[in-house]
Amino acid sequence: MNAAAVFKTGDRVKVHVHNPPHHVRTPAYVQGRSGIIERYCGAFANPEQLANGDHGMPAIHLYRVRFSQPDLWQIAEPGAINDSVDVEIFEHWLQACDERK
Amino acid sequence: MSVEKTGPHDLGGSDAGTISRETHTLQWWEKRIDALYKLLSDDKRNILKVDELRYAIESLGEDAYARYGYYERWTLAMRELLVRKNVLTDQEIEDRIAHLKEMRQ
Repeated sequence: MNAAAVFKTGDRVKVHVHNPPHHVRTPAYVQGRSGIIERYCGAFANPEQLANGDHGMPAIHLYRVRFSQPDLWQIAEPGAINDSVDVEIFEHWLQACDERK
Repeated sequence: MSVEKTGPHDLGGSDAGTISRETHTLQWWEKRIDALYKLLSDDKRNILKVDELRYAIESLGEDAYARYGYYERWTLAMRELLVRKNVLTDQEIEDRIAHLKEMRQ
C-alpha cells in the first residue's frame, strides 16, 4: 500500500466504466453509477493481478459502497424506495462525485 | 446507460425469471471438488488462488458457462489451471479418466 485511503465513510463516489481484458471484481451494474462509502474495509492484494498468478502487491484500499436499488435498476416501486445494495470496490475504480446519478 | 458486461458471470440486473428457493443437496463429487480446491489453495501447497480459479471459470466462454453447473465449472477451471501450471498434463488426466472408466466396468 502506497498512500492513505482517499475516501471516507459518507463520501459520494462514482464507479469508473472500464472493461480491461483481465479479471475484475467490479460488476457492470455498478459501473458508471454513484454510491456512498458505507465503510473502509482495509487494504488488500489486487485481485486483478492475483488472478494472473501475480502477488497483487502493493495492496489497494477497498471500500464497501452503498447504492440505491431504485437508482441502479431504474425502478420506482414504493416498497423498494429505501432498498440498497452494498458492493465492495477497490479504490482505483472510484472517483469523487458530487451529484446523485 | 449501457455498460459492457465483464464476462458471462456478470449477471447482475439480467432478466432471471423466477428464482428457485429450494435448498440444493451437494453430490459426493461436488464435495470432493470443493475439497480439492481447498487443498490446492491452502498455505502448504499454494498451487492456485481463488482469484485464479474465478478468472479461469469466467474464461470458459459463454457457452460453457451457460451449459455447465457450478461445480462442473470449478472442475473444468481447475483442470485448466493444473495443466497450465504443469502440475498435471492433459495426457495424465485423460489416462486417469480412462483407467477409472475401466474400473467401473
